[in-house]
Amino acid sequence: MKIKSLIGALTLGLAAVSVNAQQIEVTITNLTHGIYFTPFVVGAHDADFHVFQVGQAASTELTAQAEGGDIVGVSGLLDDVQAVVVENPAGGLLAPAASATLEMDTGTNEYLSLTSMLLPTNDGFAGLDAWQIPSTAGTYWIHVNAYDAGTEANDEIINGGGAPGTPGIPAAPGMDAGTGATGVTTEETNNTVHIHRGAVGDDSLTDGKSDLDNRIHRWLNPVLRVRVVVQ
Amino acid sequence: MKLFNKHFLITMIAMISIGSQLTGCDGSSSGTPEVVPPPLPVAFTFEVEVINLTNFQPLSPVALIAHREGNIWTVGESSSDELELLAEGGDNSLIISSNFAPLNASGEAPIGPAGRETISITVFDSIDGLYLSSATMLVNTNDAFTGFNRLDVSGFEVGQSQALMTPAYDAGTEANSEAEGTIPGPADGGEGLNVARDDVDFVSLHNGVVTSDFGLTSSILNESHRFDNPVAKIIVTRVE
Repeated sequence: MKIKSLIGALTLGLAAVSVNAQQIEVTITNLTHGIYFTPFVVGAHDADFHVFQVGQAASTELTAQAEGGDIVGVSGLLDDVQAVVVENPAGGLLAPAASATLEMDTGTNEYLSLTSMLLPTNDGFAGLDAWQIPSTAGTYWIHVNAYDAGTEANDEIINGGGAPGTPGIPAAPGMDAGTGATGVTTEETNNTVHIHRGAVGDDSLTDGKSDLDNRIHRWLNPVLRVRVVVQ
Repeated sequence: MKLFNKHFLITMIAMISIGSQLTGCDGSSSGTPEVVPPPLPVAFTFEVEVINLTNFQPLSPVALIAHREGNIWTVGESSSDELELLAEGGDNSLIISSNFAPLNASGEAPIGPAGRETISITVFDSIDGLYLSSATMLVNTNDAFTGFNRLDVSGFEVGQSQALMTPAYDAGTEANSEAEGTIPGPADGGEGLNVARDDVDFVSLHNGVVTSDFGLTSSILNESHRFDNPVAKIIVTRVE
């Protein structure tokens, strides 16, 4: 029975090659004015998997990426479900206005997800959750929002703290942030993945409650534009 | 209307068929008469799941209506009194009243940050030309609301669903003073509806809250009450 169904699946697979195995090109553009994105994890997977879902608690793997930019965990989650994974297409940080392009053969996977941390934030990330890849060849555009992982209080203190459970922001890659902040808040009201309310910042680089610059380190949704070319 | 007639016709046929069987039954060898039950009305049920995506803006009990005519709101036009009551006071009772929308449903309670609720509504006979609309207040504001307007569900198959990411609108009926005593949510515990219209008097997208952390010293709100769009994810599914 098992062999028979395997043969059936193989036959179907051969017949459906032109439909299922898709070569796609994905271009990610940073739409923000002053926010950097840590290395992206991009995965093509099946309908049952989610890297994150709004209104639900972030996984420990996503927490590690959203708080510190660590992609090992999220990439592993995708590997566990036999996803096609591309890591770090920008070869490091994606600066404001910059783009990164990758190509992937999605195989039989019909859904696309990606995640990356916003710097400088405590646990802000941009994410695409299981976008259904069209079967029709063409060019598609997606706008991606900034989420708050809900795992760390947005104190806006830059102290190098990137490990899960460690307060603070790892770094401000634009080298345009301050020091000496006392902290915006110690509370996180919504402990699930939700839309990020934005940074507070202040106008002092040496003290005040935030190390962020209230003129530079702010954004409104969407924060990324993703172009998908289905070939 | 067309389907209603068909339904009526089926009922008539069923009644005639019962009648003829009873007449044809002589009480001997033809067995027990087969009783044909009258057909049940055709029910179309939709579930609407609302997920709060904000950090600290509870959503007031959701108003959900099924309708063929009208709107809960129109961007650029003045709010109805029904919407004003919801957007200023979080009170959906006028929108779900039979005068405004005969087919309606209400959420059980406010939906807090990270919370969600599923509300169902059933329509009988036909969904030809049917729309669903929904509204709920962001209660730590003067008159912000979210929801969706005139979603065409007439072509929905059973099991089909559509996810909407909805933005915050401003009812335009109350100035966004953020002042103590003007906001009904837990950030303030102030006044809900005030029938005076002291704002632009048209519906627009909301321009966000300023809060005391951003220099509006008279604001009762702080940075935790800020929001960016979208503020809710709403999933509409036809389940029957």
